[in-house]
Amino acid sequence: MRFFSTLKVTSQPDTPPPTALMEAIANLGMEATRSGALVDFAGLMPVAAGGGRVSLAGGALTVTDGPFAESKELISYAVYDVRSRDEAIEWATRFVRLHQEHWAGWEGEADVQQVFEAPPP
Amino acid sequence: MTATDPRRAAETVWRMESASIVAVASRVLGDVGLGEEIAQDAFVAALEQWPARGVPPNPAGWLVSTARHLAIDLVRRRTTYARKLAEVGRSLPDVEVADVNDALDDHIGDDLLRLVFTTCHPVLTTESRVALTLRLLGGLTTTEVARGLLIPEATAGQRISRAKRTLAAHGVSFELPRPEEMQERLASVLEVVYLMFNEGYVATTGPDWARPELCYEAIRLARLLAALLPDEREVLALDALLELQASRLAARVDASGAPVPLLEQDRRRWDPLLTRRGTAALTRALGLPGPPTPYLLQASIAACHALAPSAGETDWPQIVRLYAALGSVSPSPVVELNRAVAVGMAGDAEAGLALVDRAAESPSLRGYAQVPAVRAHLLGLLGRTEEARDAYRLAADLTRNEPEAALLRRRADTL
Repeated sequence: MRFFSTLKVTSQPDTPPPTALMEAIANLGMEATRSGALVDFAGLMPVAAGGGRVSLAGGALTVTDGPFAESKELISYAVYDVRSRDEAIEWATRFVRLHQEHWAGWEGEADVQQVFEAPPP
Repeated sequence: MTATDPRRAAETVWRMESASIVAVASRVLGDVGLGEEIAQDAFVAALEQWPARGVPPNPAGWLVSTARHLAIDLVRRRTTYARKLAEVGRSLPDVEVADVNDALDDHIGDDLLRLVFTTCHPVLTTESRVALTLRLLGGLTTTEVARGLLIPEATAGQRISRAKRTLAAHGVSFELPRPEEMQERLASVLEVVYLMFNEGYVATTGPDWARPELCYEAIRLARLLAALLPDEREVLALDALLELQASRLAARVDASGAPVPLLEQDRRRWDPLLTRRGTAALTRALGLPGPPTPYLLQASIAACHALAPSAGETDWPQIVRLYAALGSVSPSPVVELNRAVAVGMAGDAEAGLALVDRAAESPSLRGYAQVPAVRAHLLGLLGRTEEARDAYRLAADLTRNEPEAALLRRRADTL
């Protein structure tokens, strides 16, 4: 079964991410890929770099150009192909733990949701 | 989860990491049977200690190093015992504690490779290799192995323990193959992965058309091998082939559980992530030098289907060429049968029929339902409806897969 995990940051130091963190993330990514669990992932540009939003409210479509304020900024996603929810949670835990170990002051969260797999028509 | 339920954490991490834990312990001990026992001991230690002391910050690392320590302890005890024996006039064995410490510097990846090459060793029968690999690399319990292979639990248990005894009896060392035997040993590994996948993809007997769990275990192994042996074309090609085949899993059955043949599948239901992964792996494989190989050609055929926007836009002439190449590097009546379909689809059903009839002379295809099924399809293309109907009915009688039989009967009735 497949799980979609998003990493969101709520607060982080003004300094760039430490090299040790980036290195640890690369190693974890390699390990997760090797095990067959990590099947897709990407980091996202901050909302401050632009982007936009298309919304539908009250019957009206509105396009808003970025940047706009976000209390929790989405910074990356990963797709895990695993045997259980617990395995997906364990991978996400490893990922967040790297931030705890290597970037003091970083706060955020990884959400894990199962990917909907359509039953036969 | 890791913070709240230690038992569940231990079970999850064990399942994810058991192959590495078994591999590391087997490396120290030079024996997969002992390695598995020690790995189990480490798991039991986690079940005992984590609820009392809390889940360690690095649960996977804890399990691996505990298994390592337990394995080294065992070697030390044996060495001491051997020294005592030596004092009374017998010779010391080769095992030295220094060797053990050297072994610890090795990467887990190498240990995992050693494990794969051992559980897929050619001294084992194919069915033993599959069972032992599911057990030690998939981390499946004997019950799960039995369920996956549709065999009684006792049979699965026997296959696994017999396999370990056979490895010990042949003195199979827990080592990587020598360069000169690499290709042969690799073929033995890939065969196991491919069989495992196919067993899940087309259940040959019983009420289910597919057992996706088994496919998943095979894909996991293919991905592991592709990461550990990134320069082996056949490894990348097999990974590509399995990802591409698996991309169609959801589209292969309809609401009633009946199989839907490839050309009739709703391509919107194909899994784009797996298609992309499959084609990427195939591209990497094709970028490595070497002649065409069986998995490379099969993956290329699968990619032709995956990349065709609709069934009608399939590049059949290219598929015919690929099957012809496959038939020359890996001749088999089943390949000829598939080539016959492609030739028919490429516009020459007559020639396809001739190929089927020639392939049907092979004793290995006697009683094989796909022979009349393919004949029926080609006869249908030629407008020979009565003969096609009879052939579909014959195929339905021959197959042991129930949903497939129903599909073939429906075809006969709707011609």
